[in-house]
Amino acid sequence: MHELGVVFYAIDAIEKVAKENNAKKVISATLELGEVSTVVHEYFLDLWNWEVKKHNIMKDCKLEIVTLKAVTFCEDCEKTYSTVEFGRICPYCKSKRTYLLTGKEINIRNIKVV
Amino acid sequence: MDNEVRVIEIKKSVFAANEKEADELRDANKKKGTFLLNLMASPGAGKTTTLTQVINKLKNELKIAVMEADIDSDVDAIKIKEKTGVESIQLHTGGMCHLDAEMTKQGLAGLEGKDIDLVILENVGNLVCPAEFDTGASKNIMILSVPEGHDKPLKYPLMFSICDLVIINKIDVLPYFDFDLKLCEEYVKMRNPNATIIPISAKTGEGVDKVCEWLRNQVKLWKGSK
Repeated sequence: MHELGVVFYAIDAIEKVAKENNAKKVISATLELGEVSTVVHEYFLDLWNWEVKKHNIMKDCKLEIVTLKAVTFCEDCEKTYSTVEFGRICPYCKSKRTYLLTGKEINIRNIKVV
Repeated sequence: MDNEVRVIEIKKSVFAANEKEADELRDANKKKGTFLLNLMASPGAGKTTTLTQVINKLKNELKIAVMEADIDSDVDAIKIKEKTGVESIQLHTGGMCHLDAEMTKQGLAGLEGKDIDLVILENVGNLVCPAEFDTGASKNIMILSVPEGHDKPLKYPLMFSICDLVIINKIDVLPYFDFDLKLCEEYVKMRNPNATIIPISAKTGEGVDKVCEWLRNQVKLWKGSK
């Protein structure tokens, strides 16, 4: 739902790094999105394509999205499991005392520039 | 070698810039003795009505200002000004579903030099996006209203996990809804064991004094620990 804000932030951050590194053009950017980051990939891509055109240094920048797996930890049996598959309740011991280890990331991994 | 392709590793959260800005804003507000409260809720939960009640009870002891954030219009800013007399400014988010630290900072600049004790930021009505963006507030609070249902802490875990105070509003209509107050409190605590929960009715005024008490203490703590 807040893909627009995320796109603005991502493009600003990338543009800044590119300029700091005296790049002429950003060819591609790799983003890491956690499985439960609440960012919808299709919306994100649409907004990305709409916004990059307005940034000279980035107008041909291709976006690559890497999905990071969501993993939950169970405090009772101390095992980890797939969040998307099992949700909040531990599939091993049925405990509710669990918390998310990874999966919420919205990171910029790297960019390719000339 | 001018056109050589280079890969630059960044490995940073997209929100890194906003989080840094938010921390700087918090520090600046601390030095000025201004407490910034970020208020969130879904549309229609009773944000503006609750604010009006709370402000009218506190305005004689604290210098208060309100910043209204909406995608468009200034109906809330006008309503607050008419009903409380305190200064209120309207921020437009330019189509975005939330407010970030930069926008908050620009809003606060409009109140510069006025020695405000408490600035209340009424965020965009939404339980998803505002939770992702740190506004630089001293504390975050949210209002959940009875007609929305007691299961909301399960559906919007991030929102409930970042709020220091959860106000449950419209308890005057509890008899007409299948809203389980006890269960709701349990769900909130599941997401956030440290959250304070206060049931109120902004319409009848029930519980509003408790919200004022909480706020009074928070402002005192913020100013005292300079």
